[in-house]
Amino acid sequence: MSLPVLEVTNIGKAYRNYGSELWRILSWFGLRFKPIHETWTLQNISFSIAAGEAIGVVGQNGAGKSTLLKIITGTLKPSTGSVTVRGKIAAILELGMGFHPDLTGRQNAYHSAGLMGYTSTQIDAVIDQIEAFAEVGEYFDQPMRTYSSGMQMRVAFATVTAYRPEILIVDEAMSVGDAYFQHKSFDRIRQFQTAGTTLLLVSHDRSAIQAICDRAILLEQGRILKDGEPEEVMDFYNALIADKENNKVEQIKLDNGKVQTISGTGEAKVEDIGLYNDKGEKVEFVGVGDPVELRVRIKVYQDIPELVLGFMIKDRLGQSVFGLTSKDYGIQHTKLISGEILNFVFKYDANFGVGSYSIATALALGNTHIEGNLEWKDLALVFNTVNIIKNQFVGSNWIEIEAHSGRYND
Amino acid sequence: MPNVFRDIWAYRFFIVSSIKTEFRSRFARSSLGGVWMVLHPLAQVAIYALVLSAVLAAKLPGIDNQYAYAIYLMAGTLGWSLFAEVFGRSLGVFVDNGNLLKKMAFPKIALPLIVTGSALVNNLLLFGAVLVVFGILGHMPTLMLLWLPVLIAVTLALALGLGLALGIINVFMRDIGQIVPIILQFWFWLTPVVYVSSIIPEKYHHLIMLNPMSGIVMGYQNILVYGKSPDLHTLVYPVIIAAVALSLALFMYFRANEEMADAL
Repeated sequence: MSLPVLEVTNIGKAYRNYGSELWRILSWFGLRFKPIHETWTLQNISFSIAAGEAIGVVGQNGAGKSTLLKIITGTLKPSTGSVTVRGKIAAILELGMGFHPDLTGRQNAYHSAGLMGYTSTQIDAVIDQIEAFAEVGEYFDQPMRTYSSGMQMRVAFATVTAYRPEILIVDEAMSVGDAYFQHKSFDRIRQFQTAGTTLLLVSHDRSAIQAICDRAILLEQGRILKDGEPEEVMDFYNALIADKENNKVEQIKLDNGKVQTISGTGEAKVEDIGLYNDKGEKVEFVGVGDPVELRVRIKVYQDIPELVLGFMIKDRLGQSVFGLTSKDYGIQHTKLISGEILNFVFKYDANFGVGSYSIATALALGNTHIEGNLEWKDLALVFNTVNIIKNQFVGSNWIEIEAHSGRYND
Repeated sequence: MPNVFRDIWAYRFFIVSSIKTEFRSRFARSSLGGVWMVLHPLAQVAIYALVLSAVLAAKLPGIDNQYAYAIYLMAGTLGWSLFAEVFGRSLGVFVDNGNLLKKMAFPKIALPLIVTGSALVNNLLLFGAVLVVFGILGHMPTLMLLWLPVLIAVTLALALGLGLALGIINVFMRDIGQIVPIILQFWFWLTPVVYVSSIIPEKYHHLIMLNPMSGIVMGYQNILVYGKSPDLHTLVYPVIIAAVALSLALFMYFRANEEMADAL
């Protein structure tokens, strides 16, 4: 086992207020003044990352994500602890930093690679590759002020990723340019990863984190709240951002090894949930395209003005496949009294691809769980789709298709 | 300590490329481009020459040329403008590039060096223009020009030392950035650029020499106006001040390096 490429040991970051900046300046000369106020934005952060791992960093605004990244890249120094980096770091944080509008794309590529610490001979070796990757055509030798912002991003991304770094930090602004270039840049990130680059992805995008990362770290108020499986961490994070008052978050280890997250204020709870086939039998395996019924039984524990049930079907990676709320279908339950039981039935055809799926349920006062989260239950139900009668197909959806073809002689 | 020099070496390409960028962008969109860099100080010389030659009409001692005063002004301006540009721009260099410093990890010392480098190139262009004007006015410089690099080095060390030290403080106390330009204006008039130091009464003469720029500017005038070697005697003091300022600035740089990004 090789040494981790990134080791963060017990770092903390304090912003010091000296009252008067004069005391700060005198403190450089050996006169020790106590700062009158210290604000800790990060505390006790420790983790290590192995080569080729992909880590997601999540957290609410102000949780300390940016500070942590700046400390890792080296623009900020930690007040306590240490960061050990084995290799070169490249950061796609602020693409196009240091670009100059009057320089051409080529000149800017040289300039910003210089800012990353490369010499002109090193840049000579990759400049053609940068030009080819950016695909801005003749514009590469035009002043950058004539570029669209998407084109600037292309050159910036091509330059930053011209060399494979040991650690690549990608901030949420990964929406680089148009869809075509997004795919292209994503492919490059994937290639780096296969070649052994460690990825550090900062995002609020659940699906991006779950699709790319094998681990996620949740920061909250400058501390690591959770470090583990992306799905588990994201479920926890999701629960955390829902209605903060009276919110309890609970995680239960299920038999299949997954972790179920339940959160909410608890005025109403899902008592039972099941998937039934057209014969009314409870099933765990569903044939592709079979008509099924999702039945949910809810018990009200305290009087509430309104109740909306939402559910989300997710694939095995936790990516959302389909979701809706009862309100979307015109079902409204208002003025609910403690002790009431509600039954919901959703009928649909299981037009999913073959695989394992889970259903998360949410009980809320309104259409989103942010407006009063009564209960949010991830992995409330797990089912599998199997292909029994349909044609062989690939993908996550079954679509009924009529196929025709003709053959003629001219 | 060797770290700084290793950082500078590693980022040599960036420093050079930033200096080039600065000039490219100046040439990019104005038709006169680089000429403006030279025109500003020369225009200043012309204004002083027009306004003050009446006052200082008496020929300068030791030179027979009706344009003597203009020549004298140009020599002093050449030295002073190098000092003022490096000092003035180093002062704000960290604050102006705050965004870059917060987002990218690179040695901060590169920024004042870029300023110094581009000011030096500017000054060499001005020097070329001054030589051309001298030729037109019929004033031939002598081989004493070979002393000029020494004066340039002392000027740069002094300006960079003061500019870096105050530029670091400016990050934390922004008032510095407002006060220094005012001080710089007073300083200009306390330096014998526009006037000849001999018109100052003898008893205040030592006060003028307390100003490290006096010795330097007088050195420029010796070389360019009188064709003499600079008075090494008067240069000892500026060299000491420059060395002290530069060491202090480097010391502060080490101490403040880590805190600067916090305050930007």
